[in-house]
Amino acid sequence: MVYGMSDEQIDTKLERIGWLVLLLAFTSGFIIMSVELLGGRILAPYFGSSIYVWGSIISIFMVALAMGYLIGGRLSINRPNLGLYGLFFLLAAIGLLPIVFFADNAMDAVFSAIDDPRYGSLLASTLLFFIPTALLGMIAPYSVRLMVDNTRHSGQVAGGLYFVSTLGSALGTLLTSFYLVLWFDMNTILITMVAVLLLAGSLAIAFNRKRS
Amino acid sequence: MSRVQVLAFACLLCIGDVTGEVIHREKSLYQNIEIQQRGDDRCLVFAVRRDDRRQSCFDTENPDRVVFSYVRMTFGGLLLQPKPSSILIVGLGGGTLPTALNDLYPTAKIDVVEIDAAVVRVAEGFFNFKANDYLKVAVQDARVFIKRAARLGSRYDLVILDAFTGEYIPEHLMTREFLSETRSLLSEGGVVVANTFSSSELYDYESQTYKAVFNEFFNFKLPASGNRVIIARPAGLPDRETLEANARALAPGLNRFGVAIESFPKYLNTRADWDQTAPILTDQFSPANLLKNR
Repeated sequence: MVYGMSDEQIDTKLERIGWLVLLLAFTSGFIIMSVELLGGRILAPYFGSSIYVWGSIISIFMVALAMGYLIGGRLSINRPNLGLYGLFFLLAAIGLLPIVFFADNAMDAVFSAIDDPRYGSLLASTLLFFIPTALLGMIAPYSVRLMVDNTRHSGQVAGGLYFVSTLGSALGTLLTSFYLVLWFDMNTILITMVAVLLLAGSLAIAFNRKRS
Repeated sequence: MSRVQVLAFACLLCIGDVTGEVIHREKSLYQNIEIQQRGDDRCLVFAVRRDDRRQSCFDTENPDRVVFSYVRMTFGGLLLQPKPSSILIVGLGGGTLPTALNDLYPTAKIDVVEIDAAVVRVAEGFFNFKANDYLKVAVQDARVFIKRAARLGSRYDLVILDAFTGEYIPEHLMTREFLSETRSLLSEGGVVVANTFSSSELYDYESQTYKAVFNEFFNFKLPASGNRVIIARPAGLPDRETLEANARALAPGLNRFGVAIESFPKYLNTRADWDQTAPILTDQFSPANLLKNR
């Protein structure tokens, strides 16, 4: 564990795990957009595929990411470490599971309770996507903290991370919409993403153990 | 101008003449809508760049005439249900079909679901479409309408699925779950009629999906038409004599719409002319519009 180390010691330790953080940031970027895109498909049977369904999904993703950034940033103040970072991934994996197993029940209940498909899709998006997306959002600022070792390069590091995770998002969007939906069931795609997040989280935790 | 330029210019004009003059154009939330007029024919077009797809046409001089063969084919559903008292139509287009059915069955309750409010305005403004006490339009996503109607216990004698975008049928309106919801809306002996294309790999998937939900159905194709109309009835399909008797009874009423109903029964067959190993489309797996280009 990192307890008892000075800030300088922590920083030198973290310097060497840059590639891992970049890889994981890429993964989270990929998964955020892949889930968002599948979100449209998930809601369509209950709320249609009109523009307001996309409006609901995108706005909930934005609000969830905003909250995630805030919380992730706050958590990065004290003793940033790969263990907690890995935990975000594990929790996000668990957060995605209700989409696979309870989406129909949740949407059914919302459909019965709310007549207007605009507010129905907004509530359903919140129930299904808010928690996993917020958890994935926490990864971004925490990644920055793990990689920044001085103020002078902080902007550059943040830029590099945004670069990698946004490219991940682009690839997630493209692969999902062009190929994944053509090859697999939606639940298969989601379960695979859960597995990838579990793997990513375990990897971070393993590195944390090894280095402490 | 050189001779080549003159020829090129003349040819531009001739292409312009073939597609017709655009008399109205508007961008809606869902598509680019154009109204084209060529001679007496006025057409609703959901413009997708060059391969414009004419959704619906009507003859301004002879408004009763049904211009498109696929719309005429849709009347084939009446052979299995000659006296529907309630009808659901998904997709308004120019409103030709609901208007004709309202004329034929003035006391039948007809519900039309159309996602795009602009299409309703255009149908009213350019195609003489008018809602009335029996003929009503709901501006809504069809999936939402049908799910809600099924829960409220609504039943229809005839359901016509004709929802098209500029591209094809929306993906969530082609799945097994959607068709099951639609089936649950049918009254005793109720009939589903679906307008589809018969080209591309999607034909196999779509056919298998309908078969999974409705078992055997009439696969209705006319020579020289790229459309295929599915006519399904969960209560079972009638024999040829019944179809022909119904066709004779319907013929006088359908005559003025240019629908040669008496020629239809011989084309109604249940032969599966598609790849029966194709997977079915579900809410989990519906890459429908990606398959369309194959």
